[in-house]
Amino acid sequence: MIITGTHQILAIDLLKASTPDGAAVDAFMRDHTFPIVEGTKVTFVFRGDAESVYLKTWVWGLDNSQPLHRLENTNLWYLTLDLPRKSRFEYKLEVVRGGHGQWIQDPLNKHRAIDPYGANSVVHGDGYVVPSWTQRDPDAPPGKFEQWVIKSKAFNERRDFLVYLPARFRKTRRYPLLFVHDGPDYLRFANLGTVLDNLIHRLEIPGLIVACSGTANRFGEYMNDERHARFVTEEAVPDLEARLPLLGTPRGRCLMGSSLGGVAAFSTAVRYPGFYSRLLLQSGTFTFTDLGNKSERGELVVPIIKFMNRFRENPTLVAERAFISCGMHERNIYENRSLVPMLQSTDMEIRYVESRDGHNWENWRDRLREGLAWLFPGPLRLVYE
Amino acid sequence: MRGALLGPQQLKQSLGAVVRALGREGPVALITAGWQEREDQDEELAAQLGRSVINLRLYERGEQVLAADPEYARAHRARQDQLRQIQEFYKLRLERTFDAALDIARKAAGTDLEAEEVRLSLEHIRRIDAEHLERVTALREAYELQTRPLLRPVIVRHRAELKKILSSVGVVAIAGGHVAVLLNRLRMFGFHELLTDEHALIAWSGGAMVTSERVILFHESPPEGAGISEVLEAGLGFHRGVVPLPNPKLRLKLDDPLRVGWLSRRYSHSKCVAFDQGDFVLFDGDRFFGAEGTLLLKQDGTVGTGWTS
Repeated sequence: MIITGTHQILAIDLLKASTPDGAAVDAFMRDHTFPIVEGTKVTFVFRGDAESVYLKTWVWGLDNSQPLHRLENTNLWYLTLDLPRKSRFEYKLEVVRGGHGQWIQDPLNKHRAIDPYGANSVVHGDGYVVPSWTQRDPDAPPGKFEQWVIKSKAFNERRDFLVYLPARFRKTRRYPLLFVHDGPDYLRFANLGTVLDNLIHRLEIPGLIVACSGTANRFGEYMNDERHARFVTEEAVPDLEARLPLLGTPRGRCLMGSSLGGVAAFSTAVRYPGFYSRLLLQSGTFTFTDLGNKSERGELVVPIIKFMNRFRENPTLVAERAFISCGMHERNIYENRSLVPMLQSTDMEIRYVESRDGHNWENWRDRLREGLAWLFPGPLRLVYE
Repeated sequence: MRGALLGPQQLKQSLGAVVRALGREGPVALITAGWQEREDQDEELAAQLGRSVINLRLYERGEQVLAADPEYARAHRARQDQLRQIQEFYKLRLERTFDAALDIARKAAGTDLEAEEVRLSLEHIRRIDAEHLERVTALREAYELQTRPLLRPVIVRHRAELKKILSSVGVVAIAGGHVAVLLNRLRMFGFHELLTDEHALIAWSGGAMVTSERVILFHESPPEGAGISEVLEAGLGFHRGVVPLPNPKLRLKLDDPLRVGWLSRRYSHSKCVAFDQGDFVLFDGDRFFGAEGTLLLKQDGTVGTGWTS
């Protein structure tokens, strides 16, 4: 990037101005890493024969399909967008050939994020770095996982989940319990196991016992389902507290979840006020309406709308402390922003954090340190080696 | 009591130099109770001290006491729960008061009222600290009166063993680690009564903190946010007049005059001294000598050397 006065000249502008031939494009490709991040601008590039190429994103407020422009007399396609500092978003490219569009990961970008639907390419804005505590630290001793089985009366079937026991686990100690919705996804896509190992090793959180629960029926059970709240509160937690050295007090219990999992965590706490003192809610789908129960999101979210509208009419204190995070690039931002003052009005202590990111697992991963350390401060202030 | 206070020893070691400077012969009694379950992993320290060491295993002894005396264990746990709760409320009170103090300082900045407003705010914060200290001290005294730890048979037996070991050494070395656990074990065995003027003390990091008059917890950029220091409780008072602040590069913002000045003024009963890796100072009661590398936090917000006699 060249700066003349207040005007930025981007790499792609220089290329365009040179009326490049194939050799010049080859050199351009060789000399840059892609996408090209220059200050607060990002240029996406695709090289290949196609009828058209589109950038596909899930950034709320942006058109989720934007055409790349073809550089005249070349097979190079490009699109420049604003990219605020420290932001991060996921995308794919749609390449149209023979009238048929194919969604692909950006072949020029090595950064990928995986999620339950596959993988996306990721662009990192200037200043964004993958937090070191999300990556395996060879000095951090790993915790252990145990398979846990509950014969659930609420669901009238057997439920399995994983339980994380911290390194140096001792039966003579008492630990707080973190109950995680979509636990297997948090482990796989948000490195939850590694994050716990590292934060415990760094003394930023205490040793925690973590129940990583999941369901194949998120769109039923995670949408304010009475059976789910009963399963967690009357079956799973008492069983864990009976068989593991847990604190067994409200302050020693936390519910966590993202997206619909956030709704499951929050609605469970609402059904059992005071039982859980801590909540960690990430990008919760807290859909509500001010009139009627219809939303542009369709019929699927009606149970959530009914639940949230009821809560909004009469907000009550359900837990002592909640950490709430949401990405600025996701549609849930409006609902999360609305939830915060409402919960504060009940005297709940809230820490609310927004990030320049979207509705995805790496956004939720990147907020875990601040959330967990605020809800369960570790012995960092007590240990001086 | 004579001895030395040191900074952390992981990256730069000074234990050997300090032992030599103290001029005491014979083996060293070692306390690593702050390391909890890793208490016995002390091989490197023996090499650094250059002497044979006898680890007093206070953490393990404490676990044995709690297992052998359930009544005492119950009272101990109840007290810990109560202390945790009180500490949490104290922190909350402190955070709110600090917020107000910072707000007032910002609004009064550059006006005639600035100095007086900051003085009043710090006085208020000091009062909260003092009341907290009084409260936890009273709680500990009541607990000791109720449980009479030094008269309980299992503790009596351990104390006799400790006394015998201590009679054969001239130096007692206390490593850092978890300061609440360390202090707890030292108190459980009435350690301050087991040491005599014949013993020289070497205490580093958390060890230096618990042997001071008042244990101050600090970290100015913790992940959870508020980086306000707090009083834990009274220390053992083996040395007087210094608040040891180990590992300043990790835990303090020494380039922030407001933070440095406020910290120094808040704990103005003593000198706030930062101990980086390998730094040390020799002491005799309330007099300090040498001070290799240590930094004094001054009330004007600067830091400096040359604070000892």
